[in-house]
Amino acid sequence: MDVKDRASERSVDTASQIMLREAERQGIDTAWDRLEAQQPQCGFGELGLCCRNCNMGPCRIDPFGEGPDQGVCGATADIIVARNLLRMIAAGAAAHSDHGRDITHALLLTAEGKSGGYEIKDTAKLNALAAEYGIDTEGRNKEEVAGDLARAAYAEFGNQEGPIRFTRRAPSKRVELWRKLGIDPRGVDREIVEAMHRTHIGVDNDYVNLILHGLRTALSDGWGGSTIATELSDVLFGTPKPIKSMANLGVLSSDKVNIIIHGHEPTLSEMIVAAADDADLIALAKEKGANGINIAGICCTGTEVLMRHGTPIAGNFLQQELAIITGAVEAMVVDVQCIMPALPDLAGCFHTKIISTSPKAKFPGATHIEFHEDKAFDIAKEIVKAAVENYPARNAAKVKIPDEKMECMVGFSVEAIVNALGGSLDPLLDAIKSGAVKGVVGIVGCNNPKIQHDYAHLNLVKELIKNDVLVINTGCNAIACAKAGLLLPEAADQAGDGLKAVCRSLGIPPVLHMGSCVDISRILTACAAIANALGVDISDLPVAGAAPEWMSEKAVSIGTYVVASGIYTVLGAVPPVLGSANVTALLTEGAEDLIGAKFAVEVDPFKAAKLILDHIMAKREALGI
Amino acid sequence: MKEIFIDIGRCVGCKSCELACRVEHSRSKNLFAALSESPLPRRRVFVEYGDGKKVPLQCRHCCEAPCVDACISGAMKWDSETNLVVHDREICVGCWMCVMVCPFGVIGREKDSRVAIKCDRCYERDEPACVEACPTGALLFTTLEETEKLRRGRLVKAL
Repeated sequence: MDVKDRASERSVDTASQIMLREAERQGIDTAWDRLEAQQPQCGFGELGLCCRNCNMGPCRIDPFGEGPDQGVCGATADIIVARNLLRMIAAGAAAHSDHGRDITHALLLTAEGKSGGYEIKDTAKLNALAAEYGIDTEGRNKEEVAGDLARAAYAEFGNQEGPIRFTRRAPSKRVELWRKLGIDPRGVDREIVEAMHRTHIGVDNDYVNLILHGLRTALSDGWGGSTIATELSDVLFGTPKPIKSMANLGVLSSDKVNIIIHGHEPTLSEMIVAAADDADLIALAKEKGANGINIAGICCTGTEVLMRHGTPIAGNFLQQELAIITGAVEAMVVDVQCIMPALPDLAGCFHTKIISTSPKAKFPGATHIEFHEDKAFDIAKEIVKAAVENYPARNAAKVKIPDEKMECMVGFSVEAIVNALGGSLDPLLDAIKSGAVKGVVGIVGCNNPKIQHDYAHLNLVKELIKNDVLVINTGCNAIACAKAGLLLPEAADQAGDGLKAVCRSLGIPPVLHMGSCVDISRILTACAAIANALGVDISDLPVAGAAPEWMSEKAVSIGTYVVASGIYTVLGAVPPVLGSANVTALLTEGAEDLIGAKFAVEVDPFKAAKLILDHIMAKREALGI
Repeated sequence: MKEIFIDIGRCVGCKSCELACRVEHSRSKNLFAALSESPLPRRRVFVEYGDGKKVPLQCRHCCEAPCVDACISGAMKWDSETNLVVHDREICVGCWMCVMVCPFGVIGREKDSRVAIKCDRCYERDEPACVEACPTGALLFTTLEETEKLRRGRLVKAL
């Protein structure tokens, strides 16, 4: 197979294909090559049938019934698969929620006047959240209110008895169902700790009981940790409003210092963006022969500044290595989550510095400049300076920046959508009732080299808008759509007649960018608001969720809290549960009776679109619209 | 001519070969789909453990095979063209003589039927599924000469 074919088999994105060919030419391995080297992957792992939870093991169950059907402790396929799934959910919930905790910490420091550079940007949101928490705002300054809000949010993590405040945004019918099933989350940390306890040898051995706790843990993420992360980020950095920017590797500059911010938490990326405006650093860049400083994002931390400042986004998860291969990146500044450990070795082939910043995430081979919120701006300047000073090391002969970049309109927070609708949800509800818009689907999640890069994301989105379904998205799906021009009002041309007319009258794209992966909480908030406006449960709405190219444990937690919130969810990659027919049946069938929603797995995006459309039409019929 | 060799000492006991063997001998050739087939596909390679050693075993395709001698129906035959011991399930009577005489214990039964099954060395593939699935190189598909050379090389290094 020639080089060209391989690159185009791996990604549908032209810029990525160009860089993949360049990688091949230079003999550089990327995630796609490492996936190939891993083939064939372990079947026990693929089926979720391997247990390493105690040292009598490791044990695995023979899925074909010839070998052992129990581990040493007696755990069956049902128990092992359910325990492994619960641990994945716990890890995902922990990642999102620890992010939320860090944002809370930054808000508290800011309120106490101890943070180095942050300020409270959105007082209206601060007051709205304070009201939700019953915090007095009358005659108090914003720092006092923010301090109380941060302490109240902090307390949600260690909350022992519940409820988690933001869960009460859900329709009362939904909350009642959670209580009836015993899955109304009590506190973020408590559910995660209990998940680890239950999956210890010899504790919870009932797969239904294990999965129910999985739902509770995931709910503590979605309506707890993730919502806290989103809402307090808005208070600190501003609630996103529609803004235009550019997406794809072509945003890298041939004559400026390129700094890529990669990871997840806006506390760092906000400060890097601010530091890049520093006159002294710009002067230093010029002194070093550059024409300025160019910041671009990858993954969710990039999305955070994309939607608040219009900072261009260089790509999604599978483009992190490709960005370095352009040879034009002075520094890739990383914090936490989805940062490949392969980066420092790869950067060693170029002049690029990988700068790690989180005490939680160190990378052998990287430069570590630890980031602390109390000295945020000063540390950000030090990081930007390190990048600027690296500019003379750039080897012009090695620079290859693809031309591809696309304009995008991003930043549709719930508040921005309501604003675009003229101040209330009514125009959207009317459009849904009239059938101009058939339904709303949230499409989220990662990239996964097992799936042709961006192929499933883009085809699912296009297929849905063509059928008059409004798409709202976050994370790597949103970046895929940005690169493909789907986040522009003009993309309404690709929508069905009903959706096209709605988009044109409001001047909005048919695909609304709602933010980073913690911002899937915005989708929950939006669904709750729509359900409450109609006086129904979320599970009654003509809505669905999809994660066409998912790979992370965070995605497992997301999928689970979305389903537990009553939203039918289609996964594009097979989760490691098929080793237990009972667990599989519970997730894909039984959950419907239990919680009013279920999972489906469909790797073909066209067939996934069909599943979703059928679901939406069935929900419409049940609502009598 | 290539054959399956075992590099004793490299097997970690993961049983990936057993899974790959069953997928290869399923109708769908897909792990997820194979789980719901009836009858379930059976393995032809067995990872055995004894005395601290883990060893994957499958039909050695002996030239003077006891199973061929013992087969009363003529189902078990030596194919001189491919140098494989082949088994014809259609005329197998399920007397288990082959099972009793095989010194390696690598002839099994088809699930829910009285028909013997054994390794066919994935004759339709370039490389047997078990060898391809082995993550540590405990299973090798190579010539006798290459295997000898490998072992001589190791001896030299150890001197």
